Amino acid sequence: MPDITVVLPSVLQPLAGGQSVLTAPADGPVTVGKLLDSVTSDFAVLARRLRDETGALRRFVNVYVDGDEVRRLQGLDTEVAPGQEVLVIQSVAGG
Amino acid sequence: MVAMATAESFVLAIGTKKGLWLATSPDRRQWSFTGPHFLMSEIPSIGIDTRDGRTRIMAGVRSEHWGPTVAHTDDLGATWSEPEQGAIRFPEDTGAAVERLWQIHPDAESRPGVVWAGAQPISVWKSTDGGEHFELNRGLWDHPHRSEWGAGYGGAAAHSIVVHPAGETVHVAMSTGGVYRSLDGGTSWEPRNRGISAYFMPDPNPEFGQCVHKIAADAAVEGRLYAQNHHGVYRTDDNADTWNSIAEGLPADFGFVMLTHPRREGRAWVIPLKADGERIPPDGELAVHRTDDAGSTWKRLDSGLPAGEYNSVLRDAASVDTAEPAGVYFGTRGGTVYASADEGETFQEVVSHLPDVLCVRAAVVTGA
Repeated sequence: MPDITVVLPSVLQPLAGGQSVLTAPADGPVTVGKLLDSVTSDFAVLARRLRDETGALRRFVNVYVDGDEVRRLQGLDTEVAPGQEVLVIQSVAGG
Repeated sequence: MVAMATAESFVLAIGTKKGLWLATSPDRRQWSFTGPHFLMSEIPSIGIDTRDGRTRIMAGVRSEHWGPTVAHTDDLGATWSEPEQGAIRFPEDTGAAVERLWQIHPDAESRPGVVWAGAQPISVWKSTDGGEHFELNRGLWDHPHRSEWGAGYGGAAAHSIVVHPAGETVHVAMSTGGVYRSLDGGTSWEPRNRGISAYFMPDPNPEFGQCVHKIAADAAVEGRLYAQNHHGVYRTDDNADTWNSIAEGLPADFGFVMLTHPRREGRAWVIPLKADGERIPPDGELAVHRTDDAGSTWKRLDSGLPAGEYNSVLRDAASVDTAEPAGVYFGTRGGTVYASADEGETFQEVVSHLPDVLCVRAAVVTGA
């Protein structure tokens, strides 16, 4: 089955060894939470930037599955199928 | 043969809404800057630890996007380190997450490696490895009052940690909740707010719930501390069992800053703001006020400060160093930092047009 890909914003790529895309092998659908666990397993600092110590997505971190932000779906329980692409994008926020 | 002189120099760290600036000076008048470090992250807390023969600067870094962390440098910001798993994180059973570091406080000379931290949600932490890993203080976290502590405008914060240099006494101040004291090194805690007004509550004299903005200890008098409250300036001479007003003689009893001299009895500094509903220097005239007699009288100090200043000075945006005479430093929400090399008698603008200044720390360092 094709991998699931996670695309990182440029600001986070140094925390993933310079990679812009992380991949996770998938035998079937996985949740966004499990997917993030998998792709950040070698990048602890990256994991902490995306989620706090309770596992919750940080407020201004948005994760999109096929164009839909997961908070409008089932949050970190949203399922991703093999071959799908997940985008991590920071909110436009601040001043 | 020429002997190498051991030179004294000064380090000034300025945490702002959008990054950290570091400065060094041989004389507290000419400053060389680096920065911004951590651009676009706020730096609400800084600790400068000169124990163990090194100068370690710890920064409580918080990105709106990527969350809080504690980073440290041992080379004045040339390189920064952050543990892979993070320096500070709530244990899983608490179900809580660190939101912001409000205080990083190196302990006494006699306890090298020990660093305290205060955080949001209201919590106190202790490191025994120089600030690389912090452990939650369970005594305060599990305190039965915790569910009743509130949040000030800036958030629910443990912002002041005063540790007795030799004994086991620790005072913590929080907004809102007031002062809590431990006599056993932080194992157990009791509120100590008698005499501090909480005029904004139905009972203006509650056991706890006060909005204490900052506390500091008198280095020379056992059991004496000072508090800048949300309206009210106080002193205790009995280790916080009772507090008495020392606001008379000040132009206003509101403000955030409370500084004490590193050695001299009775000397403390405040920076009054007009009122909670009018958070500017009284009449727009910025001034530091110093007492030399533990609050019986106050002296206005504004030499070198601008005429007309409408920015406030936040609770940790002020610091003293340990030199003789002591240096006094503070920064405004307008991004200007002032320094005094003579205990506040005269100030000099160090830098201006930075983002809002959230935290200022200064230290004397010794180098060849």
